Amino acid sequence: MILTHHPDHPDINDGMWSQIDAVIQKNRTISGAVITVLRECQTIAGYLPVELLDYISQGLNLPSSSVYGVASFYSLFSMVPKGRHTIKICMGTACYVKGIKEALSRIENEYQLKEGDTTEDRRFSLEAVRCLGACGLAPVMVVDQDTHGDVSSDKVLELLDMYS
Amino acid sequence: MAKLTTQDLEVIKSAQKARLAFRERTYLLICGGTGCHATGSIRVKDALLAAIEDKGLGDTVQVIETGCNGFCAMGPLLVVHPGDIFYQKLTVEDMPELVESHLINGKPVERLLYKDPVSKARIAAQTKIPFFAHQMPRALRNKGLINPESIDEYIGRDGYIGAAKALFDMTPQQIIEEMKISGMRGRGGAGFPTGVKWDFASKSAGAVKYVLCNADEGDPGAFMDRSILEADPHAVLEGMIIAAKAIDAHKGYIYARTEYPLAIKRLGIAIDQAKGYGLLGDNILGSALSFDIEIYQGAGAFVCGEETALMRSIEGKRGMPRPRPPFPAHKGLWEKPTILNNVETLANVPQIMVKGGAWYAGVGTQTSKGTKVFALSGDVNNIGLVEVPMGTPLRTIIYDIGGGIPNKRKFKAVQLGGPSGGCIPESHLDTPVDYEAIAKVGAIMGSGGAIVMDEKTCMVDMARFFMEFIQDESCGKCTPCREGTRRQLQILEKICEGRGEPDDIDILVELSQTIRETALCGLGQTGPNPVLSALRYFRDEFEAHIHEKRCPAKRCVALLRFEVEPDACTRCGMCFRACPADAIVWEKKEVARIDKEKCIKCLTCYDKCRFDAIF
Repeated sequence: MILTHHPDHPDINDGMWSQIDAVIQKNRTISGAVITVLRECQTIAGYLPVELLDYISQGLNLPSSSVYGVASFYSLFSMVPKGRHTIKICMGTACYVKGIKEALSRIENEYQLKEGDTTEDRRFSLEAVRCLGACGLAPVMVVDQDTHGDVSSDKVLELLDMYS
Repeated sequence: MAKLTTQDLEVIKSAQKARLAFRERTYLLICGGTGCHATGSIRVKDALLAAIEDKGLGDTVQVIETGCNGFCAMGPLLVVHPGDIFYQKLTVEDMPELVESHLINGKPVERLLYKDPVSKARIAAQTKIPFFAHQMPRALRNKGLINPESIDEYIGRDGYIGAAKALFDMTPQQIIEEMKISGMRGRGGAGFPTGVKWDFASKSAGAVKYVLCNADEGDPGAFMDRSILEADPHAVLEGMIIAAKAIDAHKGYIYARTEYPLAIKRLGIAIDQAKGYGLLGDNILGSALSFDIEIYQGAGAFVCGEETALMRSIEGKRGMPRPRPPFPAHKGLWEKPTILNNVETLANVPQIMVKGGAWYAGVGTQTSKGTKVFALSGDVNNIGLVEVPMGTPLRTIIYDIGGGIPNKRKFKAVQLGGPSGGCIPESHLDTPVDYEAIAKVGAIMGSGGAIVMDEKTCMVDMARFFMEFIQDESCGKCTPCREGTRRQLQILEKICEGRGEPDDIDILVELSQTIRETALCGLGQTGPNPVLSALRYFRDEFEAHIHEKRCPAKRCVALLRFEVEPDACTRCGMCFRACPADAIVWEKKEVARIDKEKCIKCLTCYDKCRFDAIF
């Protein structure tokens, strides 16, 4: 089925829709490609609103329920909008032993932000993530693409000041 | 690029001889692993190149970005050959001096060399540093040595020679026999004999079969596979080609964690290069075998490390396990015979083909052969990757290689096997690295994460931490895991918050036994292990939390009073300087006091106080 109508969505513009179409087109005959499609579409749109999930399910000719089932199963996928900066706090064992919990609670206190949420001004989204495998630098925080090592509770807020 | 033949491999290999024997030039090997990238190795490399250019040394000096060197805590790292001189914690500003002093005047820069934490002496040669001296690199034999983005350098180190041998000189049965002789057991954690697994799949009838590589390294505190993929991606591809010949497969997938972008990038480059050389694709090296590999990126689900769940995930479904049998060797991916091997397992295969199974089995114990890579981290001086022969005592890993516990604190336990494993206390530190011996003391070999914990770690809190992990990652398919781990987590949270009741320990044990016996997959069945092992060795800590409402390690916030013990306080002011909330009142020669109105209970002062004066 060729899709011609793009649903209206405030966070997805025409340019994004055409990129999304390209992703679907490329993968529609590959079985098992739904995870790849969701990942690439999330990179384009920033998150996966329900309208986009429905659009993908039509494009891949899969029931909406299976696409939603996959999107809700994997922690990579988000169905709510993200902030301008994503703070990923590593919750691996080495980071935990070395005090990441304290750094996390500093962030939560300072920005009134719970794990998994976004600040009201959409400056930061806070995620507690699985081990990033950079245990040599523990405790580790990743902001956008920058990995920060040795993030102590007294240093963490200073680091975040760099991201406006 | 032209498709290669076996003879071409030899030609490429000899062309790499000077480079790999460090002849004719000075070679600067800068570490380009995830850890060193994060500490700024790319900027250091640029500065180094600029300094070399500046002095006109471009013709005599070659800078090579290698994969993870392994000594991650000391990054950015640089090794200079000839001489094997190891530099650590480099900055952009150090580069002009290093070039001037070492490369021009032949005098290594003393202050940038490794400093032994005990003797305080500087050690120049990498192989003399205790962290490296006790290791036996096999799976990691190319780490820090070759450029992972150069297939020629890999071939120069006997790369694809094992595959050539398997393709032309061996039958599938001979390959499987060699793997059986090597005694190799799955390095992902379960320890199933690799040769036996391949044998099952080889005997399974079917025109379509799959070889999968499990690079979904989900255990927290484990980064062996990431490092291998970043440092030596071709070794994994070669291992898969050999496996494909053994079971007669034509398609392979590498299921990689999406959290490892650098590993995925280098794997992608390696696959393209191998295809260009005809080492993947139709009629590899002109043989009868056609085999292709694709990378499949996961999307963040721990349970996808379980084999049946991983296969569901590649099929584009929710990654939930299914009951076995049928085993994947009979019905795996898309119901076809499939083998799944871990990254470290596969990286060992090429050398087993080149040197023989008996060579591999030449080190190790009765039931555990060869070497094992550990990711050593936590409260230990030397953090990084460690490959030791099976049979090495844990004490050697933590004290001789790891350099012991920092900050003059005491060792408490080492956690092996992540959320499926357990902690091993001081009294069992002489346990050798061996699948059976480690299981006997209540942990598992696991994939290789070894997290050292000092006396400031609360074992009840650690049990809670792992249970939270399991609970969060439980896929929800079977009741014991979905509901049982939730109840266990609630009880552990209650204990940490000071609301523990006398019956709680018994209930935890009972739930653990039920979950162990009835959960569907390995994740659930082993989920209670961290709780059981904490109870086995640190029951007194649970009892202190429950009966005395006291956390002996002082980590559980709800059980702390945030007060200073005047007799223990040395009036040093460390807590005052560290407090981020200005909640500590202190003046020179005065006992510190905590203003509870301002205190945000962040535990920073507890960490900084060397005298245990805050309670």
